[in-house]
Amino acid sequence: MPVTLRGQLEVRGVSKRYATPAGVVAALADVSLDVASGECVALVGESGSGKTTLLRCFNRLVEPDAGSVIIDGVDVRQSDPVALRRRIGYVLQDGGLLPHWTVRRNVELVPWLTRAPNVSGLRSEALALVGFGDGSFDDRYPRQLSGGQRQRVAVARAIAARQSLLLLDEPFGALDAITRAELQAMFLGIRRERPITCVLVTHDLVEARRLADRVAVMRAGRIEQLAPSAELIARPATEYVARLIEKAGLREDGVQ
Amino acid sequence: MSPLLIAGLSAAIALTQPAPQARPVVVASKPFGESYVLAEMFAQLLEARGLRVDRRPGLGGTEIAFAALRTNAIDVYPEYTGTGLLAILGDTVRRTPLQAFSHVSVEFRERFGVRWLPPLGFENTYAVSVRRETATQYSLRTLSDLARVSASLRAGFTADFIGRSDGLPGLAGAYGLRFREVRPLLGAVKYRALASGDVDVIDGYSTDGLIARYDLVILEDDKRFFPPYEAAAIVSPALLRDNPAAIAALTELSGRIDGSMMRALNRRLEVDAVPVADVARAALDSLGLVHGARDTSVTPERNTRASRRGSFVRAVIDDRATLARRTLRHLVLSATSLLIAMVVAIPLGLALERRRQLAEPVVRTVGLLQTIPGIALLAFMIPVMGIGVVPALVALFIYSLYPIVRNTYSGVRDADPSAVSAGTALGMTERQVLRHVRLPLAAPTIMAGVRTAGVINVGTATLAAFIGAGGLGEPIVTGLALSDTGLILSGAVPAALLALVVDLGLGACERLVRPKGLQ
Repeated sequence: MPVTLRGQLEVRGVSKRYATPAGVVAALADVSLDVASGECVALVGESGSGKTTLLRCFNRLVEPDAGSVIIDGVDVRQSDPVALRRRIGYVLQDGGLLPHWTVRRNVELVPWLTRAPNVSGLRSEALALVGFGDGSFDDRYPRQLSGGQRQRVAVARAIAARQSLLLLDEPFGALDAITRAELQAMFLGIRRERPITCVLVTHDLVEARRLADRVAVMRAGRIEQLAPSAELIARPATEYVARLIEKAGLREDGVQ
Repeated sequence: MSPLLIAGLSAAIALTQPAPQARPVVVASKPFGESYVLAEMFAQLLEARGLRVDRRPGLGGTEIAFAALRTNAIDVYPEYTGTGLLAILGDTVRRTPLQAFSHVSVEFRERFGVRWLPPLGFENTYAVSVRRETATQYSLRTLSDLARVSASLRAGFTADFIGRSDGLPGLAGAYGLRFREVRPLLGAVKYRALASGDVDVIDGYSTDGLIARYDLVILEDDKRFFPPYEAAAIVSPALLRDNPAAIAALTELSGRIDGSMMRALNRRLEVDAVPVADVARAALDSLGLVHGARDTSVTPERNTRASRRGSFVRAVIDDRATLARRTLRHLVLSATSLLIAMVVAIPLGLALERRRQLAEPVVRTVGLLQTIPGIALLAFMIPVMGIGVVPALVALFIYSLYPIVRNTYSGVRDADPSAVSAGTALGMTERQVLRHVRLPLAAPTIMAGVRTAGVINVGTATLAAFIGAGGLGEPIVTGLALSDTGLILSGAVPAALLALVVDLGLGACERLVRPKGLQ
């Protein structure tokens, strides 16, 4: 299959402020970031560091006050948000499966929205990628699935339209350790099969190191350091990053 | 589906209504026995003179009856000069009976175009009454006597009497009455409460048949506090203009009914439980106004009432056709108004989800409509819509809105936030999120609102009888007026059962619209 490598991201000086009862809070302060086509970048930070806000700028769920987000050379503000979102996969922490729809319909959501010609083919392809290739889950409702199964379906739904860009908002954060490891392996498998650019929000540096090519440590709306995980561990740029690495118990040799 | 259904229901309404005739004289009464008898006498007299009549007995009080008359929704009903002065004109100047009549006569003609026909010949004023033993024990003859001992007596008055300035507040001021306790009592239970000793003093009417039955003593209004309440037929501007034959027929009754005759008629109706139509026919016969007792009346109570008093089961069995007709009408009124309310309230609730800053004010305003008392709402609408089915539907529609709007709005607003944000994030338009996510997830909540509205509707539809729209409220209103428990139950029990059935049916719908994945 000829693969047109797309999904190249540029974030240029993006700022976002929110008015809260406690006053105006800067969720993002002049953030810049490049993600190469096919690369996976993890956004790591504590709650309120701005990582989810940054993620949501890519598909215009959040509109920056300043700066620009560019996908494949086109500023996202020039795209219709609905059309844009249909081209970008998205996985929520709790899956966000439509509870009244079967697995089949959930996975077919985006192909159905875009009136893709081969809806059921795309569905089974995506379900196969997450390990549900035998069709036995097709007619189940989300309520009838375990947490890990739901996240697998959510990932399948996010890639069913062969999206070239996938946004993941703490996708495995709510799962138990064993299930999380299984899903991380599944995720790596998908990335081997398909060249997808991924932006992954997580608060877990261990997960970030396992899944991402580069890690952006965020703090108070800024990127503290952006580097491959090995370099991050070897040469933390700030004391905050160092402390975070220490807390996660990461060492250079890759052993936790 | 809905337009078809509504068309079908409208057809059903038409079927449950008497066929429209060219301008019959609409004869109405207020919801108490004497008013029923007088109105029935008007009706039979008009029929005996060859005029067609449409009976609308038991309209829900002075406001409704007069509003209907003034706007030609009804043509004639019996009224009292004192009520005209105080309740309609708000005039508290003391007058002799003659002055009172000429005053209302002139004022009503000038202000409303409504005509008072010459008085029927009797007064029916408030009659503050006590048991004979109480009268003897405290040697009570007048209201001034009552004032001496009022502190040790318990009073049971109608809410109307307690509230009106020409009722208890004025009376208490004029005589210095201060009762140990004042309990609001419904007209129908007042006499029983007095007889059983639950209260010691009640407000009655001087022509009440029950005063004689319970051997009560009317205390004389020695300070002439109460205004004169002379009874007369009052007629609508349209009847006055278009139907001189009807006016002539009605005037035949002027001056013919004296106090003792009216008391006797009320006694036959309320104590002997003779059907209204029979009481009226005998009265007209004895006055020589109608000869040979023609059987023209179609009142449902006819002939069966005396035999079934107290036996509600027999009443239901005896009169299955009437019960079926009333139940159908009741159901059609409730269902039609509910459907129209759904057609309006569900889209409104959905629209509010898109404009949330408007939502609370709008929902609260709709909620305020809910607090308008039924009778008041009906009285407001009569000048615009007349009486009968239409204003009843509108009133029920208004009462159905709130639960549906409220539940629709909260249901779609609070629909699984994670599903909603996933839908949005993956490229559903707002419309698609509403149609495919919010609406199906909110469906059970919306249906629960419809169910609440439906049950409220079946209960409220009994009020429809107050504006002549029929339904199961009809026997309730008449039964209350004639203190006929069997008659009351023959409306109240089916209405309660109907409410249960509607609740069960709509409950089933609620389960039906619940999306499969949520069960």
